[in-house]
Amino acid sequence: MKSTMTFWRLATVVIACALLDVSITAQTRTEASKPFEDIAAVLASPRCANCHISGDAPLQGEDGHPHAMRVRRGLDGRGTPAMRCSNCHQEASSLTPHAPPGAPDWRLPSAAAPMAWKGLTAGDQCRMLTDRTRNGNRTLVDLLDHVSHDRLVVASWTPGPGRRLPPLSHEAFVEQFKTWIERGAVCPE
Amino acid sequence: MSTITLTVNGKARTIDTDAATPLLWILRETLGLTGTKYGCGIAQCGACTVILQGDAVRSCVTPVARAEGKRVTTIEGLSPDGRHPIQKAWLDEQVPQCGYCQSGQMMSTAVLLTAIPKPTDADIDDALAGNICRCGTYKRIRSAVHRAAALMQEGGR
Repeated sequence: MKSTMTFWRLATVVIACALLDVSITAQTRTEASKPFEDIAAVLASPRCANCHISGDAPLQGEDGHPHAMRVRRGLDGRGTPAMRCSNCHQEASSLTPHAPPGAPDWRLPSAAAPMAWKGLTAGDQCRMLTDRTRNGNRTLVDLLDHVSHDRLVVASWTPGPGRRLPPLSHEAFVEQFKTWIERGAVCPE
Repeated sequence: MSTITLTVNGKARTIDTDAATPLLWILRETLGLTGTKYGCGIAQCGACTVILQGDAVRSCVTPVARAEGKRVTTIEGLSPDGRHPIQKAWLDEQVPQCGYCQSGQMMSTAVLLTAIPKPTDADIDDALAGNICRCGTYKRIRSAVHRAAALMQEGGR
């Protein structure tokens, strides 16, 4: 029963993605874009925005200050020689205060599509997220997969002691993302 | 308890330990390789840097399980006789003051010179920015890295 419901829920998402241009009928744009307000709050949290940066230098901490140790993106987004992200960031967050958070394959988003959220309105975040010339040519299904399953994204909810969690639970975040897509992936003004 | 098998300085080692034990503890306490130092314990200073499969990892936060089946090189393994070009350059430039951070500095340098055999000052600053020296020997470290690079080019090591 549960798997049948999951199938139809996903089918709805896929159909909504395919019919995006004609999907906004009964609901107003405001109602349709409402879930993105919650999504935007998560994207703007330090757990996302510290690595979704413009430029080559990641940020850290609750205030998003420049990462200590002159850390740089490097050619593959995983640091420079002798200063690879994984030199310090392990596959899981340390339980020791002030030790590095961790996740498998710690990295920055690609330089070509960094999707830097800092300072953007929810509407501007949304337009960047849905613009395939700026989002790494990702479809809405790709984006949903990223926020649902990318282990680095999921690790934002287990950042280690002393770091704030994003404002929604991961489960609620993914639900809002699905709802936003189902309603036509409309961006706030 | 887990059984971890790894190669340290060219020697195969099998260790029974908690898989989450920091690699640094195994190197120093179990294997007696005390050239690698404990500094901050939270990957902020670089004193514990060793080479794990080519990367300059901070062994104080690296679970030993990550080294399963992999090669680890410590300062003791840089050369059998202490005459690796990096060690010679460090002596020539009289780099150490207290010396506590220097094994970490040299291990990061080894990784840097493998990737960039002739580094610029900026390359060196980028590569060693995570290795803190409280004595402030940075200028001598930078000179020694350039000297080591030249020695390695001459000697082909």
